[in-house]
Amino acid sequence: MSDLMQMLVAKYNYWIYITLMMIGLYAMIAKNNLVKKIVGMSIFQTAIILFYVSTGAKKGATIPIIEHGHGAETHVVHAVDYINPLPHVLMLTAIVVAVATLGVALALAIRVYNRYNTLEEDEILAQIREK
Amino acid sequence: MSQQYPALLVVVPLLSALVICGAGWVNKRLCFPIAVAALGVAAYSCIGLLLRVLDEGVIVYKLGGWDPPMGIAYYVDHLNGLVLVVVSVVALLNLIASKKSIDQEFPDKIGPFYTLYVLMVTGLLGIVVTGDAFNLYVLLEIAALTGYGLLAMGEDRAPLAALNYLYMGTIGACFYLLGVGYLYIVTGSLNMVDIARILPPLYQSKAVLGAFIICMVGVWLKMAFFPLHAWLPNAYTYAPSAASSLIAPLVTKVMIYVMIRLMLTVFTPEFAFTTLAVSDSIVWLAVIAIVMGAILALTERNLKKMLTYIVVAEVGYMVGGAWLGNRAGMTGAILHIVNDALMTLCVFLVAGNIVYKLKGYAFDDLKGLYRKMPFTMTAFTVGVLSMIGVPPTCGFFSKWYLILGAIRAEHWVFMGALLFSSLVNAVLFFRIIEIAFFEPFTDHHAHGHDHQPEPIDEAPLSMVVPLWIVAAALVIVGIYTSDIVTKIIQFAIPEGIL
Amino acid sequence: METITSIKPLLAVLASLLVVPILVTSTRMPNVREAWTFVAATVKFLIVLSMLPTVLKGTEIVYTVAEVIPGLAIKFRVDAFGMLFALVSSSLWIITSAYSIGYMRGLKEHSQTRYFCYFAICLSATVGVAFSANLLTLYLFYEMLSLATYPLVTHHQDPEARKSGRKYLLYILGTSIAFVLPAMLISYNLAGTLEFAKQGFLAGTASKPLILFLLILLVFGFAKVAIMPFHSWLPAAMVAPTPVSALLHAVAVVKVGAFSILRMITGVFGTDLLLDLHLGTLVCYAAAFTVIVASLIALTQDELKRRLAFSTIGQLSYIILGIALLSPKGMIGGMTHIAMHAFGKITLFFCAGAIAVATGKKYVSQMVGIGKRMPVTMIAFFIGSLSVIGLPPTGGFFSKWYLVLGTLQADQMPMLLVLLGSSLLNAAYFLPIVYKAFFCTPEESMFENKVEEAPIWCVAPLVVTAVCSIVLFFYPTVFLNLATLAIGK
Repeated sequence: MSDLMQMLVAKYNYWIYITLMMIGLYAMIAKNNLVKKIVGMSIFQTAIILFYVSTGAKKGATIPIIEHGHGAETHVVHAVDYINPLPHVLMLTAIVVAVATLGVALALAIRVYNRYNTLEEDEILAQIREK
Repeated sequence: MSQQYPALLVVVPLLSALVICGAGWVNKRLCFPIAVAALGVAAYSCIGLLLRVLDEGVIVYKLGGWDPPMGIAYYVDHLNGLVLVVVSVVALLNLIASKKSIDQEFPDKIGPFYTLYVLMVTGLLGIVVTGDAFNLYVLLEIAALTGYGLLAMGEDRAPLAALNYLYMGTIGACFYLLGVGYLYIVTGSLNMVDIARILPPLYQSKAVLGAFIICMVGVWLKMAFFPLHAWLPNAYTYAPSAASSLIAPLVTKVMIYVMIRLMLTVFTPEFAFTTLAVSDSIVWLAVIAIVMGAILALTERNLKKMLTYIVVAEVGYMVGGAWLGNRAGMTGAILHIVNDALMTLCVFLVAGNIVYKLKGYAFDDLKGLYRKMPFTMTAFTVGVLSMIGVPPTCGFFSKWYLILGAIRAEHWVFMGALLFSSLVNAVLFFRIIEIAFFEPFTDHHAHGHDHQPEPIDEAPLSMVVPLWIVAAALVIVGIYTSDIVTKIIQFAIPEGIL
Repeated sequence: METITSIKPLLAVLASLLVVPILVTSTRMPNVREAWTFVAATVKFLIVLSMLPTVLKGTEIVYTVAEVIPGLAIKFRVDAFGMLFALVSSSLWIITSAYSIGYMRGLKEHSQTRYFCYFAICLSATVGVAFSANLLTLYLFYEMLSLATYPLVTHHQDPEARKSGRKYLLYILGTSIAFVLPAMLISYNLAGTLEFAKQGFLAGTASKPLILFLLILLVFGFAKVAIMPFHSWLPAAMVAPTPVSALLHAVAVVKVGAFSILRMITGVFGTDLLLDLHLGTLVCYAAAFTVIVASLIALTQDELKRRLAFSTIGQLSYIILGIALLSPKGMIGGMTHIAMHAFGKITLFFCAGAIAVATGKKYVSQMVGIGKRMPVTMIAFFIGSLSVIGLPPTGGFFSKWYLVLGTLQADQMPMLLVLLGSSLLNAAYFLPIVYKAFFCTPEESMFENKVEEAPIWCVAPLVVTAVCSIVLFFYPTVFLNLATLAIGK
């Protein structure tokens, strides 16, 4: 039991991202409303962003700008002192992608709404079947 | 100039897409020539690049001059050299063939359509050319987002189908991103070659195993590997002809390429086939994909939808071939990327021509088509023969390698599935040929001979000529299989695979 | 074995393929179109003929078209056996073309251009099969033939044609994909080659069960030979116009099946291998069963073309039987039977077609007394029957003679009985037709006593083939020599 607790506590960032991801996935699969599905998708993407960002973080470290910029060759740079910037930078791109996806998804939802006058999936399917 | 090919083939279409977008505001007629020119340059660069690879071996292109693993590098070897040529040529041919149908289907959205089209091709080419795992994700999303847009431009049900595709596509891409994240945690690198260098001592690590499986699932979602295929049939069916004949041949094939790249370059074949010990189960999944794709196709009475299920079955061919774990199977899978792209393009272009003339693609609309559109149907027949696997069309030769791979791996069920799907394809297509050839029934004796009116109502020349080029390519590629295999594919497969 | 390289085999195949575009462009000028068909047929025949002296000297002609798979090429090799078959089919194409003109114009058939085009393609494929140097090439042309025949079988484009076409493809394409294709690949995997060899390329590569398995796949896979239980496409295919039934379903297509099986037994497995493993007998019994059952069914058929079709099924199995005896005499019998039966059976089909054109009659029961109206046709029919039964003075006598000798040589008494018994059955289903045609008067006055034959384009070809059947009795040497050369003993 204590092992499990330890694992949960030590790697809490993973558990949080997995929980978020599952919430998003659940919404995408189980929800009937197209916008709720899109919200679920957004949560799903955000969970992964969180995962990346958390892997770059370190306790007690600072942003990766060398403090004594002038005459840096005389100082030893300790990697431990800085957080890893790369995952964060990557996530800037991923956020852009996520926003773009969200935009396209909402645009499509509007098209669907204009056509069927509803965003509930079962009602749309019923209309399609009627035809 | 030729040093810059790897950059050109991405940069030129990317910038042209912006130009087209602007030109669309000024004069709609400018869009098409710019798009053709952009893809022409891309195709030219791809062919030039492949020729250079054949001469010099692997080409590394450092974007912005930054050394990997810090900078992004493009790696071009025999494998993606070949796929690049396929992607760019298919996209160019389809663009030319589809001009009329684009003009007809949405005259008011010409600018946006060409913009998305060219952007999508940029994304696909980028996926294939890049040597950076994260870069691949971004390009994957570029191709996917533009793809959703293109697909959604179709008929009534298209937006909903595209939205469903978007959910699944996003999950797939996110899974891939997650897998890359784990690889990054373990190796600290995003460069594929670099990752491959660091990984081997870590193969027993659960994180590496997890990364591999998560990546695979993501890629399978994107390529519609059964049972993750549900998004594909509707999305492709209701799309505009020009979009479905771009996306159906290319997207699944490019994703197969990504899978093979992950198996062969990022991970080693030993890891994929031996350490993991899942290859047998994956081939079984492929068997199910082939059989289910075939059966679902049988239940359709609608040309385009039937074709989409065949796409699902063909994905099974390639996944199965790649995971057989021997040289013949892998050769078959890579060869089938080329052949299936051409075959699928051929039949979807035919569907496009039919939609252009008849405004419908249900089986009942196809009556008397051999009389009405003889040229289109001739090309269709060639495509059909290739799908069934009749020599000397190229479909036969990739099937040859796939079956040979199955025999060498003693995977008899996979061989059975391939034969079964050939037979089902024969049934499927001859059902259509029967309708187009026999119906509506006429009393042949009453007609007298040869003097009855035969109203030929063929699609315009600009649609038929590219279609015939594709049909001819099916035969030519088939006859040159030996050269493709010995000069290109042989070098694309690591020597470890026997 | 001496070999020379020459492009002639390829030219022989292409002669009829290249004429297709010309035929298409001359749709509006039927006479020009037919003239081109004759030109192509004659050129093809002459090219084949020009290779005959070389082949008779024991030299083989080889030509590689393209290497399609590393180490595996589309390749032609003209040997004695291939020459025999190519000679028969290309010579009969000329005669059939003449007959086609009479028949198609006589019945005012539609889409004649399509008909002539696909006919030409079929002949290319047939000669391609005859000259194939390896299994891959053979498979290629075999499939080409299957598909090119489809529009001919379904020429009438009515529901019945569609049904038959479906059956046709199901059997022919189905068996070749499901049986031949895997067998070919398994053989390739075992032997690393598909090149036909004098004593087979499979010898010493596999265990007996596997060889047996491959043998079954390859014998039943070539369903064009209509060995039971894969025979029922042939009667169904009789909905086609009669010239198609005549040349394709009595000569080209079905004998491509027989030819392929012969090639499998001699070139893939090798007679020695099959003798060692005692597997020939198995094929013998399958063929013997088909011979007897098909003959019995033929007795019950009233539609003349269907009766001929079942007769063909039986006769094809003679060929298989002769080869499967694995004795030299039997093999000579089987090979010459390809030629002899071709001339006999095509005459019979021509007669059936001529009757249909002149009187519209299709059923045997309607043909009582028809000999008085169409004496030439019915005499030719009689000669054709004699040849198929195997009686002198027709060529059919020789092939049957060798088959009988073959059973003795192989010490297979049951097979001897089968041959003799089925000959009686052959006589029983053909001779009554002739007898009633000449010596019975019809119940109603269907035919008046005046002679009224079919058009000359129909009658002349059938007279020619009938005469050929008789000539072959006196001069069978070419075919016998080729067959003797082919077995190399």
